Amino acid sequence: MADSPAPLLQLRSLGVSYGRGIEELRAVDTLDLDLAGRECLGVVGESGSGKTQLLLALLGLNGPAARLSGSIRYRGMELVGASSAQLASIRGRRIALVSQDPMSALNPYLRIATQLTEGARRHLQLGRRAALARAAELLALVQIDAPSERLRCYPHELSGGMRQRVTIAMALMCDPEILLLDEPTTALDVTVQAHVLELLRAVRARTGVATLMVTHDLGALASMANRVAVMYGGRLVELASAQQLYTAPRHPYTAGLLRSLPRLDQPLPARLPVIGGQPPDLADLPKGCAFSPRCPLVHARCASSPQLRAFPDGHLLACHYEGTPSQVAGAWT
Amino acid sequence: MRRTRPGALVAAALLALIVAAALLVPALSPYDYATPVWTKIFSGPSVSGGHLFGTDSLGRDLLVRVMWGCRISLLVGIAASLISVVIGVCWGALAGYAGGRLDGVLMRTVDVLYAVPFIPFVIVLEVAFGRNFLMVFIAIGAVSWLDIARIVRGQTLAICEQEYIEAARALGVRTTTMIRRHVLPNLIGLVAAYATLAIPGVILFEALLSFLGLGVHPPLASLGSLVAEGANEMQANPYLLIIPAAFLATIILCLNRLGDALRDALDPRHEEDGHG
Amino acid sequence: MNSPADNAPLLDVRNLRVQYRARGRGPAGPRAAAVDGVSFSLAAGESLGLVGESGSGKSSIARALLRLIPATGTAVFQGRDLLQLHGAALRAAREHIQIVFQDPLGALDPRMTVAELVAEPLLEFRSAQSRQHRELVLAMLTRTGLGPELAARYPHQLSGGQAQRVGLARALILRPQLLVCDEPVAALDVSIRSQIANLLCDMRSELGLALLFIAHDLATVRFLCDRVLVLFGGRLIEEAPRDALYGAPQHPYTRALLAANPLPDPARPPQPPVPAPAVARDAALRESPATRAGCAYRERCPLAVARCAQEAPALRRVGASLVSCHRAGE
Repeated sequence: MADSPAPLLQLRSLGVSYGRGIEELRAVDTLDLDLAGRECLGVVGESGSGKTQLLLALLGLNGPAARLSGSIRYRGMELVGASSAQLASIRGRRIALVSQDPMSALNPYLRIATQLTEGARRHLQLGRRAALARAAELLALVQIDAPSERLRCYPHELSGGMRQRVTIAMALMCDPEILLLDEPTTALDVTVQAHVLELLRAVRARTGVATLMVTHDLGALASMANRVAVMYGGRLVELASAQQLYTAPRHPYTAGLLRSLPRLDQPLPARLPVIGGQPPDLADLPKGCAFSPRCPLVHARCASSPQLRAFPDGHLLACHYEGTPSQVAGAWT
Repeated sequence: MRRTRPGALVAAALLALIVAAALLVPALSPYDYATPVWTKIFSGPSVSGGHLFGTDSLGRDLLVRVMWGCRISLLVGIAASLISVVIGVCWGALAGYAGGRLDGVLMRTVDVLYAVPFIPFVIVLEVAFGRNFLMVFIAIGAVSWLDIARIVRGQTLAICEQEYIEAARALGVRTTTMIRRHVLPNLIGLVAAYATLAIPGVILFEALLSFLGLGVHPPLASLGSLVAEGANEMQANPYLLIIPAAFLATIILCLNRLGDALRDALDPRHEEDGHG
Repeated sequence: MNSPADNAPLLDVRNLRVQYRARGRGPAGPRAAAVDGVSFSLAAGESLGLVGESGSGKSSIARALLRLIPATGTAVFQGRDLLQLHGAALRAAREHIQIVFQDPLGALDPRMTVAELVAEPLLEFRSAQSRQHRELVLAMLTRTGLGPELAARYPHQLSGGQAQRVGLARALILRPQLLVCDEPVAALDVSIRSQIANLLCDMRSELGLALLFIAHDLATVRFLCDRVLVLFGGRLIEEAPRDALYGAPQHPYTRALLAANPLPDPARPPQPPVPAPAVARDAALRESPATRAGCAYRERCPLAVARCAQEAPALRRVGASLVSCHRAGE
């Protein structure tokens, strides 16, 4: 499949808000984002960044209290305001989710086989035997030994890493075009996490499924993403290729975040570098740039919201500061 | 997320109005709830006739009788709920906190009592001890505490699982202090809300008993017995059914709404939300 | 309070064992002890890291030492065996050992204000001088980076980092000698973790605390701890001073842990542990866990040999480490 010029998923000034009037809370604010075929886009953010609401919006699962505005186009089809029947035909079939907690994503009372085949039988109208064959094939794809034996297991009979493999297989059952990963390794131990990340890379190499991975863990994302979007306070603050974002971040927040990760490959500092203050409270965002209260480069102009601007190399940035990446990094020391 | 619900305020105001009327009207009215007036049988509701709600089959003023009914029903409701809450909270909290064998014994007792059929139980009580007002309390209280005991036990178990209880234990907080400081305050929202919601249940119970003729003695009336009387005259004189039934429904709706609001108000996570 | 001899450790744990009743979750089959004969000691003012994956028993050790779950063995603290204390003596010991939990909000009673929460230990252990209490509480709040304006808030009005600061203030207000931290930063936002780690570091040097720091995050342990214990399957598999452990890990599991740690660098993906060779997957090797003979790690170990299934490796000194592996140092 060659890269199509139109992105698979196109988000334009997407907004997710709760409440009205002065109590309005904007969990996602005028977000523009594209996901191209075959790529892996990482979305990084802390609590209150709006990353989870973004993910729910893509699945149409924000709940009745949320108001969606703007547009989410999947292959030209508008998902904002789509009927629940339309969404249901896309969810699981075209856009599949791997959630954070493999234990709660699996029903403890059903065998793996039942859970794996449920979606395929509904969406693809596969017969029982065909669905089981597909399930076994996918368990093999996610590197589970003796797949036909495992199909008869209940979730509690599997280890945590194995369960996460099963949920990945479950997401891939209907051969989706877009795979959404919601903190896929956060609940796992570090060695298992490395296995699962490697597996996800292998699956992507095999199937070419476009992937959107939402996480707070820049470390886990580094080996997965082609491009990385950084969200803060419900807005996109920086978007760049993974290489650029990790080596030469332009937003002070991204730079600070990368710097504050304690690292094993560097000499031990006397104190860990930090970003001061607290993550943003969406109900009470500061005026202008949401990061300004924690920013070392804060300036009077930050009282107005910075617009997203593009650099020649395609790097997107929402920050008033005009300096180079090394100047941004320098501001933190 | 709203701090004050207009619905709850309306409910509280309406309930206060009914309580005030129930207390004042019988005292101020020239009519008596018990004395038959044979000349005024079934006069319909009218302002000019002096009987705002009309009169019943014995010519008694329905307004006064309904207000007495409110008194009795609310009294039964509050008193029996209070009894059942006290028994239920002690029983359930003890079972939940103690756990083990004591928990088993206490909760099996509840199961056994649940299995006793209610109406025959009340009939047996009344046959054995005679039919008096106190019996109504005892009969209702004896049944409705079972639910509360179960709910409180479940909630106590859930609270004891919380990490802040473990944190307090690690801190060296004594058992009695633990129950007083950490367990009971976290139970109180649920209990207060459940108690408020239990009152309408009890009122309905009493209405059922009165409807079956097992409740209050005539000429004394509860809303339940008034509804029962009204039901007999439903076709000829529907106001005799509609008016007490409307009061019964209003009281129950108001209490339900108030219970919901109380539960939210007593949950610290619901207050002062929305600003920093 | 009897003062311990000068060179005696603050806490000396010998052969600690925690067994859960066989009713838990997890794979079916015979159930092993959560903690299976772990021994270690901790000097006054020292900071000891406890590292391992979920199920390694690290949290059970913390809970056992605080007497929140039953355990056998001995744990001598200030000359008394914590595991044998009851009633008033246990309460008295608790004054000197405090704990910070992983879930910052869950460990705070939702119906108490920040000030009440931080004052609670004082109410339990100090005579009621409420005015002095107030000053102590405010001083501790300031010290842990919480403004006095937070004193009247309820836990649900705090951010995760603030709630964890309250947990720390509460644990430190009695000036304990030993602070047990059970994954205190795991549930926090990335930008907040370092704040809390720095605060812990400061408080430790300021109060002369001994720290038992439990985590699966190797980088934070490296920053905070002088010495590190690595646990696997309820057993101690490696114990080493910080620099030795991170510089020259001896046990294959420790090496796997270090290699799997993801770096924020697209060019260097985390290395998943090498799958065990065929010999370790041999049926004969798999069958024996019922007897708990052999090394618990052998099924995942790339270095496993037949001996690993027959004989449990004892702790022995290799380089600067104490390690339990037949093949270490080869």
